[in-house]
Amino acid sequence: MWPMARRRALKTTLAASAALLLPLTLAACGGGSSSEGSSGGDAGTLTIQDYYNDDPGKTVWEGVYNACAETAGVELNIVHVPGSDLISKVLQQAQSKTMPDVLMLDNPDLQQIAASGALADLSQWDVSTDGYAEGIVQASTYDGKLYGLQPITNSIALFYNKQLLADAGIQPPTTWDELKTASAALTKDGKYGLALSAINTYEGTWQFLPFFWSAGGDEKDINTPEAAQALQLWVDMFQAGSISQSAVNWTQADVNDQFKAGNAAMMVNGPWQFPSLAESGIDYGVVPIPAPTAGAPTVSPLGGETWTVPETGNADKQAKAAEIIKCINSDDNQLLLAEKNNTVPTKTAIAEQYGATNPAVKGFADLVPDLRARTGELGEEWPAAATKIYTAVQEALVGGKSPEQALADAQNG
Amino acid sequence: MSTRADAGTLASASDAAARQPRGGVQPPSRGGRPGRSSARTKARIAELAFLVPALVYLVLFFGYPVVKNLLMGFQAYTTKTFFTGEAPFVGLDNYAAVLSSSLFDKALLNTVLFTAGSILGQFVIGLAIAVFFRRSFPLNNVLRALLLLPWLVPLIASAAVWRWILDTDYGALNRALQLLPFVDGNPAWLTSTSLALIAVIGVNIWLGIPFNATILYGGLQEIPEELYEAGALDGATGWRAFRHITWPLLRPVVTVVLVLGVVYTLKVLDIILGLTNGGPANSTQTIATLSYVRSFKEFDFGQGAALGNVLVLLSLLFAVVYLRLNRKAVDE
Repeated sequence: MWPMARRRALKTTLAASAALLLPLTLAACGGGSSSEGSSGGDAGTLTIQDYYNDDPGKTVWEGVYNACAETAGVELNIVHVPGSDLISKVLQQAQSKTMPDVLMLDNPDLQQIAASGALADLSQWDVSTDGYAEGIVQASTYDGKLYGLQPITNSIALFYNKQLLADAGIQPPTTWDELKTASAALTKDGKYGLALSAINTYEGTWQFLPFFWSAGGDEKDINTPEAAQALQLWVDMFQAGSISQSAVNWTQADVNDQFKAGNAAMMVNGPWQFPSLAESGIDYGVVPIPAPTAGAPTVSPLGGETWTVPETGNADKQAKAAEIIKCINSDDNQLLLAEKNNTVPTKTAIAEQYGATNPAVKGFADLVPDLRARTGELGEEWPAAATKIYTAVQEALVGGKSPEQALADAQNG
Repeated sequence: MSTRADAGTLASASDAAARQPRGGVQPPSRGGRPGRSSARTKARIAELAFLVPALVYLVLFFGYPVVKNLLMGFQAYTTKTFFTGEAPFVGLDNYAAVLSSSLFDKALLNTVLFTAGSILGQFVIGLAIAVFFRRSFPLNNVLRALLLLPWLVPLIASAAVWRWILDTDYGALNRALQLLPFVDGNPAWLTSTSLALIAVIGVNIWLGIPFNATILYGGLQEIPEELYEAGALDGATGWRAFRHITWPLLRPVVTVVLVLGVVYTLKVLDIILGLTNGGPANSTQTIATLSYVRSFKEFDFGQGAALGNVLVLLSLLFAVVYLRLNRKAVDE
């Protein structure tokens, strides 16, 4: 009897292990075929993927997507991914050949994704960049080819609490010296003069850039006297106690919380905080980041997201996707998106027109023609430079190194 | 952690296979009959077949990731790889880059300090609590249940709460410290390079106490009460009872707690990311967080994997050394 029973057991085991292995083989086959996009459905349905998973932005964007889809005569499948997961999701999709038909990317990420070959050159669908600010086009161009188009942009500026400045009889600062004096004077009664994010992530680098670039610093080699000057300014304000030491652990959202709570009289932040500031009822003004000297220009970093067409292998869908991207970037939609999202159009003429009618964002609109793309010089090598910059900033602020030493060490890895 | 677990399963599975022919079902012996060897072969095959599900599981979920990670350490594995599938082998380049980076020494030192500090704190406090709860007193059960609280709170939440508590200007800890007469100024718990590692270790100790206390308490329950009574007759009470009865009998449990604790702590990532993100100025950067940054922030998966492998090696090294030492001690 027993050999029989054993044989049956053997068979069952083999069947079971085969069943275990089967999905793997299937998955492998699925990964191999490259001709299908993630949308899967009929050719008239496009998948569009972004990271606007919160209102009010979510509703605004979905409205624009749907209007554009109607014009293009396609159905849409809109997917919102949490911001921090977008790139890892995109990498997974690239590997399993399930890229969406229209993909939104934060502009400094475009270079790396384009370099991997996952994105399509937009020029094949006659996507024009006429009228766009130079920095915008540069950020979406990799190796001479245009891979993305960005409808709206943002940057950072100096927000100030009108009440606190008026009480102290201080005008919003326009130069570094004024910034230092004002921050010091406003630091009292358990409040800090200035709040900013010096965190050890790309966010910290982003906040340091307007100081770094305006002083003449350059990401190709951060070990320069100009860069040291910019870092010295931050160190001086830290050491004077005008900025809380906690700033090395603050995100921009934390900075905004400090400003809203009245713990800081001024902050470095962006226009995406407008809704939350309006809710708090705080009376604030916005001015450009102070320049190194009076009259010198402030170079601010270019923010915002760019829209791309991934290489899905389905030419029909890609052509439709390009149409959607053109539509999102139309003059009317640029204005609409800018207004609803408290950002600024990327075409210089529209930005100017928009600034004239929206005093709240005029300061940001004026910046548009000169916004500098983070990836403009280094392309896909930018993240390495960004890491060096925030490392140097932290080493100088709390690591006990002089700005020169911190920059030299970071540059040499 | 995982390597130990599969080694254990594997060993017990093959033990079972080896034992079966001896003690288990065996055909009645008919010495010299020709069918015997073929029956034996069949039995062998059937035995092996029983191992297949376990082996398939291990290979899929433990073997594959470990081998993949080992290979990735020798590959230029970047964002491009995901799209093209090409990951050229670069020999020891990743290891050279990772080991020669000025950050590596710092991260290694931090890893050692973090692990040693956490384990020491968790174990000593955990043991003290376990011994304390061995006595019977009112509310014993309730208090023991409350002790598990750190385990029940999601780590992201407790990290956020600790960040508030430890905040320099408005944190609860500094507010409380200000009430003390001899404290001057606000210690910058999470934002000064000298305190951040200590603060992070402190939070990790708080997190690890329930694990240590629970397992050690379980071990203490196994020690028969008679031994203490007999010891007491011979004059061994209090500290001497602990030294000569509790400690020797608790040894096997202690081994488990320490080995698991070290392996867990070496790879701690979430609590550090939640509190300081490895900062300020890399003062809480460990090999685990560095590996995370390389892989998922800079997308250099090759270097990230190389660092991961260094971590696996460290765990393995510790496990082997500790088990050796322990065996020697037991033999004596």
